[in-house]
Amino acid sequence: MGEIKLMKGNEAIAEAAIRVGCDAYFGYPITPQSEVMEYLAAEKPEERTGMVLLQAESEIGAINMIFGAASAGKKVMTSSSSPGISLMQECISYIAGAELPCVIVNVVRGGPGLGTIQPSQADYFQSVKGGGHGDYRLLVLAPDSVQEMSDHVKLGFDLAFKYRNPVMIQSDGVIGQMMEKVEFFDPIPRSTEIQPWATLGRKGMRKKNVITSLDLDPYQNEMHNHFLQEKYRKMEMDEVRFEEYNCEGKLDYLIVAYGCSARVSKKVIEYAKNEKGLNIGLLRPITLFPFPKLQIEKLSKNVKAILSVEMSAGQMIEDIKLTVGKGVRVEHYGRYGGVVHNPEDVWNGFKEIFLNE
Amino acid sequence: MESIDVSMDINEIIKPENLVYKKSSLFEEKPFSYCPGCGHGTIQRTLMEVVEEMGITEDVVGVAPVGCSVTMYEFLDIDMLQAPHGRAAAAATGLKRVLPDKYVFSYQGDGDFAAIGTGESIHTCNRGENILVIFVNNGIYGMTGGQMAPTSLINMKTSTTPYGRKQEQMGSPLKITELIAQLPGTYYVSRHAVHTPAGVRKLKKAIIKSFELQKENKGLCFIEVVSNCNSGWKMTPVKSNQWMEENMFPFYPLGDIKVDGKLVK
Ligand SMILES: Cc1ncc(C[n+]2csc(CCOP(=O)(O)OP(=O)(O)O)c2C)c(N)n1
Ligand code: SF4
Ligand SMILES: [Mg+2]
Repeated sequence: MGEIKLMKGNEAIAEAAIRVGCDAYFGYPITPQSEVMEYLAAEKPEERTGMVLLQAESEIGAINMIFGAASAGKKVMTSSSSPGISLMQECISYIAGAELPCVIVNVVRGGPGLGTIQPSQADYFQSVKGGGHGDYRLLVLAPDSVQEMSDHVKLGFDLAFKYRNPVMIQSDGVIGQMMEKVEFFDPIPRSTEIQPWATLGRKGMRKKNVITSLDLDPYQNEMHNHFLQEKYRKMEMDEVRFEEYNCEGKLDYLIVAYGCSARVSKKVIEYAKNEKGLNIGLLRPITLFPFPKLQIEKLSKNVKAILSVEMSAGQMIEDIKLTVGKGVRVEHYGRYGGVVHNPEDVWNGFKEIFLNE
Repeated sequence: MESIDVSMDINEIIKPENLVYKKSSLFEEKPFSYCPGCGHGTIQRTLMEVVEEMGITEDVVGVAPVGCSVTMYEFLDIDMLQAPHGRAAAAATGLKRVLPDKYVFSYQGDGDFAAIGTGESIHTCNRGENILVIFVNNGIYGMTGGQMAPTSLINMKTSTTPYGRKQEQMGSPLKITELIAQLPGTYYVSRHAVHTPAGVRKLKKAIIKSFELQKENKGLCFIEVVSNCNSGWKMTPVKSNQWMEENMFPFYPLGDIKVDGKLVK
């Protein structure tokens, strides 16, 4: 058994970063995730593992430091919250285009604009649909517990290096701020492995390494895009992760929800059983990209309707609708703008939408 | 300069013992993308000569900007990355922090360093990152077709100031080099030009000095090169160099601005 601790989700992210052998963290403070850098600073990672920690002048500075350090083939991470992630998007597009690995944590808060510091899931679009310019994808992980905040840091780096692609951990203010028990993986020493593509200085006869996202020739750039799309298809084949909850047996309805909304939905399933004798299954996407299309499609065949629960005005619902087609009724429920829906909210919403109550 | 013996025939001229200048082997056999007469090529040539002569090819990583030098990695045979517009100094920071034993430089235009990237530029200097910044000030946005740069002189005509830059509307040309020289993080700050052989030699010395200081972790070394953009300025190369001497140098005087961490003058 690994070491068990009681801590906040944001702190678990930070502790996991040190344990996973992260080489550098660059960040800029923003609520509700400032604890990540604060925890790191208090832990003296330069002494624990030799990890570099630097507070940047802005999220633009931070993500470009990530770009530079990732070019050296190092394990690098940043974290922020919605407005800060918006600011990073240009460089995230560069990182995806130049095919560099890194982990970016977004502890989502309510928008648009400065919005509120309270939790939200309204960054699904900017995480899953590219966010920045051009045709690119991030691998997007959606933790629903402090445990997964830690696990996903490790998984995130594995995936980032496997695909040479940025990984986004999309959490929310609830998971970031709540305290829970977390069992940590054993510390992994920082890697000494040299990535053959890294810019470390051109050694001897080796050809120079160039990290760039530029291809002035459109035909060459199209080839590069083909290659990227192939990579994204491979992710869709091999990296779909999800949890099925109460999905055995005959279902009346299906809820699709991730992160904090998935936890709330588990309670709703209990209410539905006790009050109405309804059997509702929950499909919790753990990867938002790649999206668990096959599983949702399979489950959709035998239910009356699907409810997408998300603290947004309805973002993930677009992917569910694309997945199941016109034949299946799909509805959205969610409080938004920083309001966290509780199980009663969702259950009342469910009854209003599907039972006309 | 020594006079050239014009009586030599071609076979004699190409004899190794008569060689007066050779292109650095760190240059690729590719035609430059720069306009003929542009300073960018000379600056990069000088940089590669230094890397080759110091024998540090294996330990140098450069960061290219967005600007006319965006594809400089095509010509230089060293490891490089190409950063978003204005962020080369931040990318160089990230790189240097995880590779403290390597020589890291960023190469940035005036639009890149002193307009869109001002925030990253000032903070990189202020932190005293152990990198070399080569700042090419041609008073214009060369790459996008000659628009006004923060460094464009008063009354200078550009494609976005066709009647000349007016101070009342656009403020004064930004002397970012004097500005960052004030910061404790910068250790060596110097301004150069490459329109004469003597100027090239001085630049070369400054680059060598900067890499030596970087090895000693002295802080940020900053070399501004006041350069021409004959295309953007709409002049012949020769005329552009004259114009540069007459108009740019009085406002951006050449020479050392900060040495050994102390302001000169
Ligand atoms: C975010 C962003 N904004 C604008 C541009 C367009 N752009 C490319 S180069 C450039 C100006 C470059 O000027 P400078 O840095 O002075 O370099 P020069 O070409 O003069 O050497 C601009 C505005 C861009 N590539 N990215
Ligand atoms: S546009 Fe100006 S800066 Fe760019 S290559 Fe031509 S002369 Fe040089
Ligand atoms: Mg310029």
